[in-house]
Amino acid sequence: MVDRLLMRGNEAIGEAAIHAGCRYYFGYPITPQSELIAYMAKRLLKIEGATFVQSESELAAINMVYGAAAAGGRVMTSSSSPGISLKQEGISYITCAELPCVIVNIMRGGPGLGSIQPAQGDYFQATKGGGHGDYHLIVLAPSTVQELADLTIKAFDLSDKYRNPAMILGDGLLGQMMEPVEFKEYDINSIPSKESWALGSSHGREARTIVPFNLDAGEMEKINNRLKQKYIDMQKEAECEVVNMDNPDIIVVAYGIVARIVKTAIQKAKKDGINIGLLRPITLYPFPSAVIRENVHKAKKILVTEMSMGQMVEDVELAACGKAEISFYGRTGGVVISPVEILEEVKKLLK
Amino acid sequence: MLDEIIIAGFGGQGILLIGRLIAQAGMLEGKQVSWMPSYGPEMRGGTANCTVIVSSEEVASPVVSNPSSLIAMNQPSLDKFESLVEKDGIIIVNKSLISRNVKRDDVEVVEVPANDIANELGNLRVANMVILGSYIAKSKSVKMENVFRALEEALYRQSEKMIKLNKEALERGAMFC
Repeated sequence: MVDRLLMRGNEAIGEAAIHAGCRYYFGYPITPQSELIAYMAKRLLKIEGATFVQSESELAAINMVYGAAAAGGRVMTSSSSPGISLKQEGISYITCAELPCVIVNIMRGGPGLGSIQPAQGDYFQATKGGGHGDYHLIVLAPSTVQELADLTIKAFDLSDKYRNPAMILGDGLLGQMMEPVEFKEYDINSIPSKESWALGSSHGREARTIVPFNLDAGEMEKINNRLKQKYIDMQKEAECEVVNMDNPDIIVVAYGIVARIVKTAIQKAKKDGINIGLLRPITLYPFPSAVIRENVHKAKKILVTEMSMGQMVEDVELAACGKAEISFYGRTGGVVISPVEILEEVKKLLK
Repeated sequence: MLDEIIIAGFGGQGILLIGRLIAQAGMLEGKQVSWMPSYGPEMRGGTANCTVIVSSEEVASPVVSNPSSLIAMNQPSLDKFESLVEKDGIIIVNKSLISRNVKRDDVEVVEVPANDIANELGNLRVANMVILGSYIAKSKSVKMENVFRALEEALYRQSEKMIKLNKEALERGAMFC
């Protein structure tokens, strides 16, 4: 049996990364994810051959990630909302250069320097690109500390598979809270070989370059076509948890920590004779549109709830293709939604 | 079973440790647990609170609107959370720092002079263990032996003497229930 450890979300991400063979970490501290960088410092500095750098800025960190990824290493960086904004140029470059890496965003209230409390206001930034140019990140949205660990490992695997950066999109509450977590066995030898493209010593082979540009427009278009094909291919990775979808009065769509708050609202609603179904996207990009589309007709009303002013609601509307009446309820700026609030909103809609 | 506990007091009173020990003890018993701190630009002397859930089922929301129990280490905490406790819930009050009575008459109240007992034991810092001992004895949320185990794990860097003192504080608190 694997031991259950009581760990903070931020630390569980770090342990999961090391478990998955991540040996390179570059970052700059910011609340509410600083425990992650501290954990990586503590652990990586004791592993031979591993590298940890607390860089001078977020910009430096993301470009160090670019370097380590180009050299074929499993590499991670992490930050929180304003820090992730600073990394966007580098993320766009890494995507163009088709390099794998994992970026963790433990979201806080925004815009601007915002607040340090939990929020989900970076959904657009994470799922629609974030930096300049035609690209997407693979975006995974954990809702428990166990899932923070599991999806971190998955993020590394998907990132390698598609040679595209993957993002863990959590929030301050998930990062700060403690829950039991298990680290299942992971075979580091299963990590795909990067020898065919990574940089390093060119002894015995032709020299290579990895660059985030091509000044020939036609060639640059080809890169975009290749990226587009990847995004089409990765649609099959879409995942969604479906809860209580047996004859629901209303369906709530929520991701991350909010989906758990909805689960408590579901239990409370049962006492009042109201049946709430829940759709919880686990991958935000690719978005599980097919699962949403298959389920929205099961109730007359759909409520999307987020800790933002309503960002995922657009993807739900697109997936539903006008087949359902979609409402939105959100709190933001660092205010956490309570189960009671969601239940009240549901009752209002069902009146 | 489902226990939802809010533990609140001044920063520096060991509030987060109380919560962590309950969660760790629950985990040792094979239960589902979550521990959620309040966090903010706070420091020693400011306010601190955390929410702990111990459940036989999967923990849904780690955010609790109406806790089944409140451990109030100071008066601002009692003022802030008293009205939120569920009917028939438990309020454990640190009588050393809270002069007023609990206004609710639909909850069970235990008054513990936690700071005074800690002072008697020779270290004010174990007041948190005194009040935790009382909570465990009153609620039976988790077993005291597992709180001892959790304590040994959490304080592994501390001396034997310190761990013994903390256990003594837990036992003294357990007399109030």
